[in-house]
Amino acid sequence: MSDMRDLYQEVILDHNKRPRNFRIIAEPTHTANGLNPLCGDRVSVFLDIQEGVIRDIAFQGAGCAISSASASLMTEALKGKKVDDVGPLFDAFHTVVTSDSECPHGLGKLSVLAGVRDYPSRVKCATLAWHAVRAALEEHQQPVATE
Amino acid sequence: MNDMSALHAVSATPATHAGLDLARIRAEFPILRQRIHGKPLVYLDNAASVQKPKAVIDAISACYSGYYANIHRGVHLLSERSTLAYEGAREKVRAFLNAASTQEIIFTRNATESINLVASSFGGSVVKAGDEIVITGMEHHSNIVPWQMLCQRTGATLKVVPFTDAGELILEEYERFLSSGRVKIVAVVHLSNALGTLNPVKAMIDSAHARGIPVLVDGAQSVPHLTVDVRELDCDFYAFSAHKIYGPSGVGVLYGKQALLEAMPPYQGGGDMISLVTFEKTEYADLPNKFEAGTPSIADVIGLGAALDWLNAIGLNAVAAHEHELLEYATAQLQDIPGLRIIGTARDKAALASFTLQGVHPHDIGTILDRDGVAIRAGHHCAQPVMQHYGVPATARASFAVYNTRDEVDALVKALYKVKELFA
Repeated sequence: MSDMRDLYQEVILDHNKRPRNFRIIAEPTHTANGLNPLCGDRVSVFLDIQEGVIRDIAFQGAGCAISSASASLMTEALKGKKVDDVGPLFDAFHTVVTSDSECPHGLGKLSVLAGVRDYPSRVKCATLAWHAVRAALEEHQQPVATE
Repeated sequence: MNDMSALHAVSATPATHAGLDLARIRAEFPILRQRIHGKPLVYLDNAASVQKPKAVIDAISACYSGYYANIHRGVHLLSERSTLAYEGAREKVRAFLNAASTQEIIFTRNATESINLVASSFGGSVVKAGDEIVITGMEHHSNIVPWQMLCQRTGATLKVVPFTDAGELILEEYERFLSSGRVKIVAVVHLSNALGTLNPVKAMIDSAHARGIPVLVDGAQSVPHLTVDVRELDCDFYAFSAHKIYGPSGVGVLYGKQALLEAMPPYQGGGDMISLVTFEKTEYADLPNKFEAGTPSIADVIGLGAALDWLNAIGLNAVAAHEHELLEYATAQLQDIPGLRIIGTARDKAALASFTLQGVHPHDIGTILDRDGVAIRAGHHCAQPVMQHYGVPATARASFAVYNTRDEVDALVKALYKVKELFA
């Protein structure tokens, strides 16, 4: 049971039970759906981006504790951040959940998901919401870039 | 099942009510000896794929190390011996299903390919625009998607027989579908992998035949758990996979009535399925070779034969009785866990219990159980429409094989209480 607590830390259990920013943004500037076809986890992310800053971010969906808590923690981490900071933060987070290297600095609460690295089949749960955010950003940036 | 304490008392002894010597049976499975995360392996994911007895592993090894060669073509001794063993396995499958002839036994890659063969070859030549194909709401994706693809190609319509919250087909709806006069084939699962429901396929076949409609039965889950007699069922096609009946992965079986198979065009073209090829014209081989293009998985087919010998020696009736006893024992214990909901409570059930636990996603259940050495399936079980019926994204599923014990059910239940404690 003790090693299960390494994965299911209190913060994760808490965010699973009471996910933060678990709502819909009525008129998001960016939105995308993430789907884990193998396990059926699905998440929708909504962002309100003004002048390159994430003013608001929310999510909806159904998934396991790891994917729900990760989405919830992600919204807390990204709110108020610059869009340009999302990529590096995702990279750092991805490193934390996939490799044995030291936790990069600046991840804050996101580092509670580090235990996922010992459960390779669950990495996709922890990164689903992040992939959805990246899809939301790319989808809308491309048309902007061509104009 | 009224006296649970009596059942607990029995669990310490190796012999079951069904008279099986479980200690001896378990000793025949090398994989079961290992520990997972330091705990004894409790393998309860048998509906996904079952473990292999030494007899099967040895048969495959003996083929490769003793007499392997390609079949149906060599004049040399090894080819003759391989051909004999391969065709011997076909006879074993024929006897296992009580089919009339080995010509009715086609080896494929798996049950999925068996169904695709029928949908493509039979469906492709018989089904036209405006026709209807009847399946049920509790099919595995492998008995949905091939028919959907056929509908897309032909302009036919898929009719889906609904089921009750208990997980039983609504047969009135089935009869209503059949009476349209447009149904060209029925495809139904014998034993549902997501619910454990044993469907009344004999009655369903009789109803369809009364209207001249052929029936395919998806037997992927059923064959390891109950005696299947294709002549008694009078089904037109029966599909299953070797890997779910103690045989190797990579081999499937399609039983088809000879007259139907003879009338059907080949599924794939290639070697072994022809009798004469010129660049102008090809004459196809007789059954069953017409449907076995290319070199098959020779050693694995022989392994399937060994699996059937092994299972016959134990006796399918004794296996079924043991698994039924385990399912009743597990169901009673699972129902006692607060917040646990069993998905699929049909009167006729076999071999598996699908369930959800309030406030805990099945994947989290699966991960936590794994740390206690308990392997279960968590997910949609390739039956997403079933999940949609119950309004759940996924379920956890414990499924049984002949080697499982009551102690293992106890380990499952104990681990589930740990899950509850963690997520309290």
